[in-house]
Amino acid sequence: MALPEAQSPVEPPENQQQRLARCRALIEREIRPRADACDAEGRLPDELPVMLGREGLCGLVVPEGQGGRPVDPITYGLIHEQLGAACAATRAVLTVHDMVAAAIGRWASPEQQADWLPRMARGETLGAFALTEPEVGSDAKAIRTEAVRSGDGFSLHGSKRWITAGQIAHLFLVLARCDEKPTAFLIPRGTPGLTIEPLAPPLGLRAAMLAELHFADCRIPAGWMLGPVGSGLNHVAAAALDLGRYGVAWGCVGLIRACLEAATRRARTRVQFDVPIREHQLIQGLIAEMAVDLKAARELAMAAGRLRQSGDPDGVIATCTAKYFAARAAMHAGQTAVQILGAEGCAAGSPVQRYLRDAKVMEIIEGSNQLQQVMIATDALQRQGRL
Amino acid sequence: MKIRDFLGRFFGDYQLRDDEDIFGVGFVNSLFAMQLVLFIEKEFGITVGNEDLSLANFRSIGAMAELIERKRSGG
Repeated sequence: MALPEAQSPVEPPENQQQRLARCRALIEREIRPRADACDAEGRLPDELPVMLGREGLCGLVVPEGQGGRPVDPITYGLIHEQLGAACAATRAVLTVHDMVAAAIGRWASPEQQADWLPRMARGETLGAFALTEPEVGSDAKAIRTEAVRSGDGFSLHGSKRWITAGQIAHLFLVLARCDEKPTAFLIPRGTPGLTIEPLAPPLGLRAAMLAELHFADCRIPAGWMLGPVGSGLNHVAAAALDLGRYGVAWGCVGLIRACLEAATRRARTRVQFDVPIREHQLIQGLIAEMAVDLKAARELAMAAGRLRQSGDPDGVIATCTAKYFAARAAMHAGQTAVQILGAEGCAAGSPVQRYLRDAKVMEIIEGSNQLQQVMIATDALQRQGRL
Repeated sequence: MKIRDFLGRFFGDYQLRDDEDIFGVGFVNSLFAMQLVLFIEKEFGITVGNEDLSLANFRSIGAMAELIERKRSGG
């Protein structure tokens, strides 16, 4: 049971409250109980996308006219907080699905939107975001995958690595160089010339079903391009990653909350030196740090959410700030929770060691902590007139 | 003027000409294009679509003013 101070203190807009309550109930009923098993097995249940789609969780950023059940940014964040506290791998898979759906909703042609979005909202088509390559991470403009003009369409060559949900996704948003410019393409699973190689579960987000994609003369029609030539990074990928960072920020808030709940539960029940360890001041110090970080991370995420809600361009940096702080705080909370639980926290199957491993990955995905620092520092310097 | 004010945050004391290539003077990062689109949409009440994403529409203050005018007049 959650502590009162660990509950989300900010109510979402009134018309979204029931939706949020239903999503929270679903997450607690269907996702949290399976999280440790998914982590151990390194995979998600096969039926998960359609189940989530049935409950509207695959259409959170899909317009109503395309079969979606969209929510405002604050409600979106609070749903991701709950997902992050329950199963960070499920949250990661849903986030990349949303990144693809949002990119299609924003930049695709009406035909592409009608083709993909209703199926994505139902969870029948799961999206995955394919930017990272074996030799290209933070320096995204250096992508090597190439889309060469061939007849009326393109032929793709190259590889993508660490693709979340790559093992199970039905549709890939792929970034490739076209006419030497970064360009986005929508490529369905099963396209000849595309082979998908599952990757072994990594340190954290073990159930995120990572895969490597290989394109070898993968021929696609011109109509599969998403947005114009050259818009792939600055517009399509940038907006998708911006949403991804927002989801990660809130997911980290959830992770911190889960760590705090586990640590305080243990501190109340574990007796050492004849008293519950909550009475030891050094333990109180650790809990205080987590509690403060939780409040701070949530406030930063809320601030970003409010700016996003109004379409304010400052929401972009506010999201970087929230993601940076929340990921760092989640890592700290994971370490602290394991420390307070001691050997129990290190044991296989203990949720807190999962939280710690998942938090480490949060510091890397959707822009590493160091990349966020560069963005935040650049913005701060610009605001002070130094650049 | 609103566009110039917004760009001033990124370009500091540098005096941009109306026809100067804002991507060519080296002050912007990978988030800038997204921030610029959000600013134009919020400030001028238009929606930038994929048909508008040509770099030519955002290359200079003058080009952005033309895009905004075109979108506002339904073009």
